[in-house]
Amino acid sequence: MLTTFRIRRFNPEAESPQSYFQDYQLVTERSDTVLDALIRIRETVDESLTLRCSCRGAICGSCGMRINGHAALACKTKVASMVSSGETVHVEPMNNMPVIKDLVTDMAGFWEKIRQVQPWLQPTGPAPEGEYLAAPEAMNHLTGVMHCIMCGACVSDCAALEVSPNFVGPAALAKAYRFVADPRDGNSSSRLGELNNPGGMWDCTRCMECIEVCPKGVGAMDRIMTLRAKGIEHGVPSTSGSRHTEAFADIIEQKGRLDEPMLAVRTFGLTNLRQMLSFLPMIFRALPRGKLPRSGPLHRPIPGIDRIRRLFQRAKEPR
Amino acid sequence: MVTTYEFDVLVMGAGLAGLRAALAARQTGATVAVITKVHPVRSHSNAAQGGINAALTDRGDKWEEHAFETVKGSDYLSDQDAVEILAQEAGQDILALEHMGVIFNRNEEGRLGTRRFGGQKRARTFFVSDFTGQALLHVLYEQAMKARLPVFEEWFVTSLVKDEQGRCSGVLAFEIRSGRMALFKAKAVVIAAGGLGRVFEPSTNALICTGDGIAIAYRGGAPLMDMEMVQYHPTTLQGKGLLLSEAARGEGAYLLNAEGERFMEQYAPNMMELASRDVVSRAEQIEINEGRGINGCVLLDCRHLGKKLIRERLSQIFEEAKSFANIDLTEEPVPICPGMHYMMGGVKTDVEGRCWDLAGGWQGVPGLFAAGEAACLSLHGGNRLGANSLLETVVFGRRAGRCAGEYAETLAFSRISDGVVKDGENALKKVLARPETGDTVARIRHEMGCAMTEGFGVFRDEEGMAHAQQMVGSLRERWNRVAIHDKGQVFNTSLVRALELDFMLDCAETIALGAVTRTESRGAHFRTDCLERDDDHWLKHILIHHRPGGSPGLDYLPVRITRWEPQVRVY
Repeated sequence: MLTTFRIRRFNPEAESPQSYFQDYQLVTERSDTVLDALIRIRETVDESLTLRCSCRGAICGSCGMRINGHAALACKTKVASMVSSGETVHVEPMNNMPVIKDLVTDMAGFWEKIRQVQPWLQPTGPAPEGEYLAAPEAMNHLTGVMHCIMCGACVSDCAALEVSPNFVGPAALAKAYRFVADPRDGNSSSRLGELNNPGGMWDCTRCMECIEVCPKGVGAMDRIMTLRAKGIEHGVPSTSGSRHTEAFADIIEQKGRLDEPMLAVRTFGLTNLRQMLSFLPMIFRALPRGKLPRSGPLHRPIPGIDRIRRLFQRAKEPR
Repeated sequence: MVTTYEFDVLVMGAGLAGLRAALAARQTGATVAVITKVHPVRSHSNAAQGGINAALTDRGDKWEEHAFETVKGSDYLSDQDAVEILAQEAGQDILALEHMGVIFNRNEEGRLGTRRFGGQKRARTFFVSDFTGQALLHVLYEQAMKARLPVFEEWFVTSLVKDEQGRCSGVLAFEIRSGRMALFKAKAVVIAAGGLGRVFEPSTNALICTGDGIAIAYRGGAPLMDMEMVQYHPTTLQGKGLLLSEAARGEGAYLLNAEGERFMEQYAPNMMELASRDVVSRAEQIEINEGRGINGCVLLDCRHLGKKLIRERLSQIFEEAKSFANIDLTEEPVPICPGMHYMMGGVKTDVEGRCWDLAGGWQGVPGLFAAGEAACLSLHGGNRLGANSLLETVVFGRRAGRCAGEYAETLAFSRISDGVVKDGENALKKVLARPETGDTVARIRHEMGCAMTEGFGVFRDEEGMAHAQQMVGSLRERWNRVAIHDKGQVFNTSLVRALELDFMLDCAETIALGAVTRTESRGAHFRTDCLERDDDHWLKHILIHHRPGGSPGLDYLPVRITRWEPQVRVY
């Protein structure tokens, strides 16, 4: 089928370096991946088209880029799965990182954040003579997160990173989870303590994009949620993030429906005057429109609240 | 102003062998850096799927059995002193990897589990599902981060630098991102830059496997050995040649021909699908050539293994078959064919990774070391056993790194003139300034790959080899004139690909020379015009020396036999 590839180009050595789109038309086969197409463009049409690629089999993580608006590995994305004949495939470099040239991004910041979580095994005491003994069920599930190939797709499309560049990001947190959940690692508490800081595990906004775009099924956001739960279990000092989580669950258990003003108060603390005052304009806008939710004793439990409470009890029972 | 970096030990390549060598060299107290054309975790060690061999005595296994099966697998071309070290030291290195953090699959007792692999009667292959190489590589990179190992990422090495005494004293390289050239002075250089799969088309190898390290060492004066020994893997996907791990057959998958027969019964009645790779690849090719294939393929059938096992232990190839062949392994067999996979030969080293002989028995380059697929000890001889390549990278990466570190301790940095860098820069400028001819690097590479597959495939003969050899010669002529269209300094991958092709052509030339020289059939080198193995004349290695401006020189070394005399090889 005839396909147009609209590729975002950028040449830093141009007289006035500015990114622009360039179209290439190509006849593609059913089996062609986006990488096949890009290589064919590079080999037969325009040698200067610049991208990273190596294994062609979704294992080296080189060819992360945005295809029709979402990060993906070009080698794992079939052209035919993206468009029908005659349509246009948009190819752009990954987001949330600087572009060096065409589809090549600077991943130094990505790696700096990976290093930030001290991603190496930190056992306590000397190594045993043989292997560490560990139940297969405690270890084998970790291969799921070990599938991460550090391609950067999750970081590219992370909504939280777009607005808070200090966020350590989904890839680093998935990596951190890999050690926190490893029975051989002796440093979980201090790891979780670190992740409890601003920019850590509580900065995720749960948009699910990292799960959506991950080419290896690592499920970074799920790992982040597990880290949070483990953090609370380990008694890390409360943060607005952890208080939000706890207050949320608590309110639902008591009332069956969210008490938004109470959630805000319990998350930020009534004594956090600056934060509390910042809500005033919103309150004044909501009040005359009848949009201010009832709170505290005025917020009555829903009918059948007992059933909700029983659900909570069941969830808390050890499995 | 010439940028100069100084390290006691410089490691070229950041795959498993390179990182293992660098960490070991660091432990000797040496200053160490790694230089690599891709980020370490993009290295091709990733692609090793099935596992890593070790005979652990506490599980009733014997290192001697592992060593013997390796020697038999090699068709008796491996040097047995090296193989003994590999098999004896395997256990300690597996445990070291586990202690570093590798999440090997475990058995019910909580100990490391094993699976069977080709050419071996016992289950001695330790594994992480079917992405063992990736799991190991990421853990070694973790260790490199922990050790704060300096890594020059995305730097392209163009040549070795030698001092007036002919000792290797560093490398010349340019940073791909800026095009800036620099001199890396080192007392010892370890070549761990991997294989050369892209010399062939198709190949299971990544696009970065262009034999850079092999060619650089060769041009620098180090001999290449056993270059005719090219492994064809029995289970690759047609077209691009992606690998489907031997782990599938290790877990019990069948090979079927068009008539639905397990044809390996005819070729290897005892070991069946788990005979050595050269044996299985030849059997498949015969089935295909005699009309019992399906569109140039035979079938790999996993269906009877069950969904649970496939999901847990073969997850990656399940995904791969789905993504790249549109086949659900649990529902239907997948068409596969033999595909170029591994270079048994490489830069000749001794058992400490040295590319020169302390006893002066062969001519090499002092100060130069090699490890991993780029090196040739020779462990694999005419045919490598599956799961021995990962093992080689950690055992001999470690040994080469340690020896390089200790060697560096005894030396001072050599004096290198600034002119060396100027010459390197000028050579690149000349390549970039070539006028347009209408030819392209991509076209030359493709023609080289097809010619090599045609001439040096599973079956070879004199006429076919001579034709391919001649083709390679004419492609070299074309390379000398081909223009680079991208003239920029920043991330000029056109230039990188042209230089890679230059290296690959050297590799192709030595593969061809080795193959036409060896007038027998042994291991992966199977000649339809010389069907038998000829121990009287060819129980020896072929060494190839670079002769600047002339044709390459040939030399021979006897195979070192410690305890296993050559026997007839049947599976």
